[in-house]
Amino acid sequence: MLIYAILTVPLAAGAGAAAAPWRRWTGWVAAAANGAVLVLGVALAARVTRGHPAGAAAGILRADALSAFMVIVIGAIAVLASCQSVRYLSAETARGACTARHAALYTALVQAFVTCMLAAVLAASLGVMWVAVEATTITTTFLVGHRRTDGALEASWKYVVICSTGIALAFLGTALFYFAALHASGHPAGSLYWTSLMAASHRLDPGVVRLAMGLIVLGYGTKAGFAPMHSWLPDAHSQAPAPVSALMSGVLLTVAFYALLRFKAIADGALGPGYPRALLVAAGLASLAVAASLLIAQRDYKRMLAYHSIEHMGLIALGAAAGSSLAIAAVLLHVLGHGLAKGVLFLASGEILLVEGTSEIAGVSALLSRRPALGGIFGFGLVALLGLPPFSLFASELNMLRAEVAAGLGWAAAVALACMAVIFAAVMAHGRHLLLGDAPPRSRPEATPRIVAVPLTAGLLACAFLGVSAWPLQPLLHAAAQVMVS
Amino acid sequence: MTGTGYTGPLGLAAGAVLACAVVTLWRRDLRAVVSVLAVQGTCLGVTAGVLAAHSRDIGLGVTAALVLIAKGLVIPALLRRVVRRDPGSRETAPLVNVPASLLAAAVLIVVAYLASGKITALAPGTAARLAPVGVATVLIGFFLLVTRRKAVSAITGLLLIDNGVALATFLLTAGVPLLVESGASLDVLLVVVVLRVLATTMRARFGPFDLDQLRELHD
Repeated sequence: MLIYAILTVPLAAGAGAAAAPWRRWTGWVAAAANGAVLVLGVALAARVTRGHPAGAAAGILRADALSAFMVIVIGAIAVLASCQSVRYLSAETARGACTARHAALYTALVQAFVTCMLAAVLAASLGVMWVAVEATTITTTFLVGHRRTDGALEASWKYVVICSTGIALAFLGTALFYFAALHASGHPAGSLYWTSLMAASHRLDPGVVRLAMGLIVLGYGTKAGFAPMHSWLPDAHSQAPAPVSALMSGVLLTVAFYALLRFKAIADGALGPGYPRALLVAAGLASLAVAASLLIAQRDYKRMLAYHSIEHMGLIALGAAAGSSLAIAAVLLHVLGHGLAKGVLFLASGEILLVEGTSEIAGVSALLSRRPALGGIFGFGLVALLGLPPFSLFASELNMLRAEVAAGLGWAAAVALACMAVIFAAVMAHGRHLLLGDAPPRSRPEATPRIVAVPLTAGLLACAFLGVSAWPLQPLLHAAAQVMVS
Repeated sequence: MTGTGYTGPLGLAAGAVLACAVVTLWRRDLRAVVSVLAVQGTCLGVTAGVLAAHSRDIGLGVTAALVLIAKGLVIPALLRRVVRRDPGSRETAPLVNVPASLLAAAVLIVVAYLASGKITALAPGTAARLAPVGVATVLIGFFLLVTRRKAVSAITGLLLIDNGVALATFLLTAGVPLLVESGASLDVLLVVVVLRVLATTMRARFGPFDLDQLRELHD
């Protein structure tokens, strides 16, 4: 029942929004629906950590601790993003850049996008999961192009061509896993369910799994933004409206990574941990290096945030490569922490773009003295994202590094630390320009609307709370890590 | 069906899918390329149909019909409307010229056979031994995607990759479950619709354009 509710509530809100021209309250209904997803996700998590995994729809849908955790992540960031969508759409309709019809379509697409991500993490079959992940590309393409500028058009073209190509390779990889399973068991029933693939993993042909896992890392890695398949990411994330960027950067990347994790668990069983680990370490280090080199001279603050996501996906890949129970728990905490911090930052950047009219770093300065609330949120968001305490990213990065050293990946952790130091310096320099400096004389600090300040502050507080004490999540993280390790 | 009676049509249909991929490299007239895609989609559907008839698998038969309709009829019709509105739609200056492209295709086919050695070694029957044909189609699709400069050529490359993946899947596993296959077909169809909308919007805004003119965003 819970699983059905999680999928239908956001979709119904989207369908309702599509039926009529956009009004502020239809936007709030969508936000409430996403809030309901968060609450239902917590209920689902409570159930699966206490007892057995939940199934629905004749076994097509299934939730274990890992799925429930991802539902919570999606719900939390979707709430933040849909509150901000109300702000974005009222500003756009007020200045005549967007009709009420167009805004209704936007709301419907965002809700469909959220539903597709939920379906991806609740699917029991790897094939259904693939269909859902590909559907996220379709639903987000027009959202990326929503501002209808030349740049937005170009970004959505690149996005859909590159991601569809990648995801086609992931389909071939999925089909090869299916082929290996058919060969091992001899009958097709249930061979695409990851539970049965996990159970049969040690009997799968290693040669085929090797090829299949390579294709999966290439395919889902494209969607997860790993270098060198990342070229669509900075364009799409910087051109999309801020709430869409927050969802794409904060959760869509990690939903693709979730798919990769499911396959990694199967490949670990078939091949031993060495080969999947090598693939993930290569992807992780490449992403860190690309992010570090391109962040230094970045001129656009939305692109800066986008490259920062590539860095965090690299860190997550390295953490997953370590593969121990501690590592997976830290990876998942990082997924949530990064989602919250990056979501808040993208949403704040949308507000900055709205009030300042430029996304160039050089065009914005002294935010802290001119707009104290907005500047404060952006500043604390950067502090969180750079992994400083008290935010949860500090704890998760520390634990991932510890797990990497324990797994014999100390050298990779050292390279990662070097890249992180470069990124730290680069982002600090950009952040200083945006936030500090003298306000123009005789100007008064401007207030930030409550619709922006309240949700974003709540997001930051949640991230800080998780950093100080992760106890509410502890049993869930532990149970989710067990799903991956056993 | 007898062994030979089954292998012949299967090999013919699968081979035709690959042949169509090579022809898309050869023809520069985009209208002709779209027609070739229609033939390729039909051959793909026929391949699935032959497999379904051989194994008397109703699910696969339905899949074959779906593929025939989606890839043989609907998608080419969607693309035809894009090229028809643009009478001068020719791939005038591909990054790699046609003779070199055909040579590259030959190399890619050999690579496909080498790369799929592990799979065909495991294969139980005739069908799976043809799987490298699908992989070769995927590789040619990639080549088309990176060396051509028109929007319709990029869509063609994407569809070649997709058809190649579908062909390999049919030959290796006799089709993924029907639910997944219909979801996947719907996704591909929607991607083509999305790309078509983007291509027409871009042409309305930029006039006749090459993809490498898209240079607004870079670092």
